[in-house]
Amino acid sequence: MIEAVRSAMDVSMGRDEDVVVFGEDVGYFGGVFRCTQGLQAKYGKTRCFDAPISESGIVGTAIGMAAYGLKPCVEIQFADYMYPAYDQLTQEAARIRYRSNGDFTCPIVVRMPTGGGIFGGQTHSQSPEALFTHVCGLKVIVPSNPYDAKGLLISAIEDPDPVMFLEPKRLYNGPFDGHHERPVTAWSKHELGEVPEGHYTIPIGKAEIRRKGSALTVIAYGTMVHVALAAAEETGIDAEVIDLRSLLPLDLETIVQSVTKTGRCVVVHEATLTSGFGAELVALVQEHCFYHLEAPVVRVTGWDTPYPHAQEWDYFPGPARVGRAFTEAMEA
Amino acid sequence: MDEFSRLTLHVPEPAVRPGDQPDFSNVRIPKAGSVPRPEVDVDPETIRDLAFSIIRVLNREGEAVGPWAGLLSDEELLAGLRHMMLLRAFDARMLMAQRQGKTSFYMQHLGEEAVSCAFRKALRKGDMNFPTYRQAGLLIADDYPMVEMMNQIFSNESDPCHGRQLPVMYTSKEHGFFTISGNLATQFVQAVGWAMASAIKNDTRVAAGWIGDGSTAESDFHSALVFASTYKAPVILNIVNNQWAISTFQGIARGGSGTFAARGLGFGIPALRVDGNDYLAVYAVARWAADRARRNLGPTLIEYVTYRVGAHSTSDDPSAYRPKTESEAWPLGDPVLRLKKHLIVRGVWSEERHAQAEAEIMDEVIQAQKKAEAHGTLHAGGRPSVRDIFEGVYAEMPPHIRRQRQKAGY
Ligand SMILES: Cc1ncc(C[n+]2csc(CCOP(=O)(O)OP(=O)(O)O)c2C)c(N)n1
Ligand SMILES: [Mg+2]
Repeated sequence: MIEAVRSAMDVSMGRDEDVVVFGEDVGYFGGVFRCTQGLQAKYGKTRCFDAPISESGIVGTAIGMAAYGLKPCVEIQFADYMYPAYDQLTQEAARIRYRSNGDFTCPIVVRMPTGGGIFGGQTHSQSPEALFTHVCGLKVIVPSNPYDAKGLLISAIEDPDPVMFLEPKRLYNGPFDGHHERPVTAWSKHELGEVPEGHYTIPIGKAEIRRKGSALTVIAYGTMVHVALAAAEETGIDAEVIDLRSLLPLDLETIVQSVTKTGRCVVVHEATLTSGFGAELVALVQEHCFYHLEAPVVRVTGWDTPYPHAQEWDYFPGPARVGRAFTEAMEA
Repeated sequence: MDEFSRLTLHVPEPAVRPGDQPDFSNVRIPKAGSVPRPEVDVDPETIRDLAFSIIRVLNREGEAVGPWAGLLSDEELLAGLRHMMLLRAFDARMLMAQRQGKTSFYMQHLGEEAVSCAFRKALRKGDMNFPTYRQAGLLIADDYPMVEMMNQIFSNESDPCHGRQLPVMYTSKEHGFFTISGNLATQFVQAVGWAMASAIKNDTRVAAGWIGDGSTAESDFHSALVFASTYKAPVILNIVNNQWAISTFQGIARGGSGTFAARGLGFGIPALRVDGNDYLAVYAVARWAADRARRNLGPTLIEYVTYRVGAHSTSDDPSAYRPKTESEAWPLGDPVLRLKKHLIVRGVWSEERHAQAEAEIMDEVIQAQKKAEAHGTLHAGGRPSVRDIFEGVYAEMPPHIRRQRQKAGY
């Protein structure tokens, strides 16, 4: 998925000289996850460069550049380090169009590796997506595979508004279904691991059904899509697995159609439970599908604690826990 | 035609990259002993040049010279050498343990041992450090048990943090070591707050904040300086300039300022630059700053000029961004070898004793490791309980977390 993300930036920089890429260690070195490797050599150091370690500075300058007419695509080294930039994102990036009535706009993309699964402890594992969906004016994308990552990132760069692009880092090197004890499988063996070379886009706000099913609907995104698919196989429950891809805007239609059909729903995410994005999803399902529901909607999420280091796999909502939720939803 | 030509963006670059010849000719190094030592109650305006020099005590011959020399006894210096050697041996063993899969991650101090080991000796019991991940010498030099550090690194059943924290993110209030956070710079300003509290309570304790060259770019660094300056907080603000922030050379954070120490000048904070590989100089400058703080004269900013010899962490490979031999070209030498030489010159140490000490120290570290491993390593043996995930989020566990713990089966 690293190559896909890199290719999206490469293609965008090649097509539009207003696209600039910067962040901590992204220039000469190409980023700690190597997502920007080679971009400085190819496009020069005024279009891809190292930033001082100041996330508010990175996002703040990106906003200024965007106001000028550039299209900055910046990297926050880990999602856990976006907090110093939160003021710039919430009070500035998200509102510039609204408060100036379109006189100024903010077409920036903020990329950040997100989620756990790499023994990163509490400051390399967080999933802060709900902190962004709660802000009016930001778009929020979480891809689950290389093909989508590239198409969505190009869309994000071309989008006229600020887009938060959360890259599940555990998916960088392969589809991860939560079976941490098994060897890593590479994306090359996965159908969505194949990424066309040139320019293509995937519309922001369209979900994708990864598995058709009739017994229950699973709403997931990022890493948890693969965990949900594994849980469906392992429980033998005929789950329909929706990969949201974009949390905001949200493809409500796909959700409603599916839940109306199955009558049961499980929402999964790696982020903590309380006030997580799952709460919004459950509320929407309740509002739009109440009379079709045959069981309470179940949530499977990270626990409401910081992400622990040693007990990582007891924290991560793996296939066993997700499978139990399927059973719970079926038996209710 | 306009008198102004078109603008261009300036993006600083290090002098050399992989494949190039290492070059530190831009690092101006004054002779040992040449920088004056002002009184601690000096008017900061009159010592602005100390922010652009480098205070050094040990000369090439291994002698301690100049006005900053003469503060430490033979015994204290021998102890200092031992602490640095311990830290180095500890790092070597823990790096190996990480490679063997006994832990997930490690960060070493190679080349920077003098900074934290000597600094600790300038503080007193009750003072508080707000360290980064590269100051384990503060614990080693305060005789914190190595086994405890290893238990934390291995996230085993005896880990004082119950497996919750990333390796090396130690905590010990008793040893004046504030719990380390993985996000940079946040704690620099907390050190100022702690120091202000000591002043509010008319206490006698002082605080020390720690930050890396790269992290000085964060807003919290600047907040720390303004609070320290405004309230004349009894705090020592330490910048460890080891030339690199992962792959980013120090010029990216330093910008147009000549030195990191110079950041203090605009705030009216006395700012000193010191040879970070010189145990005696680090101690002398730290002591000067601690004395100032304790006399209620306010904050001091110190820049330690040193070099990160090893990789940033076990996740990093520096050969991708800097010449492999750069560390050998570093003009301030190796802190352990320099102090060793000085002790030999003083007549209290020898090559033989050094070799013997090296072996004994390695043995001591290995024994500690055996003890720690008996309590488990990250993937084998005793481990913290799943219950520990849920404990300690709040003083009293709220019902929703209790429900989740029960759901997890604990
Ligand atoms: C807020 C924040 N941003 C980014 C990071 C990722 N990161 C960890 S260490 C590091 C480099 C720090 O360099 P420096 O301050 O020079 O300290 P050194 O590692 O050299 O001791 C970076 C960018 C982080 N931990 N926290
Ligand atoms: Mg550094």
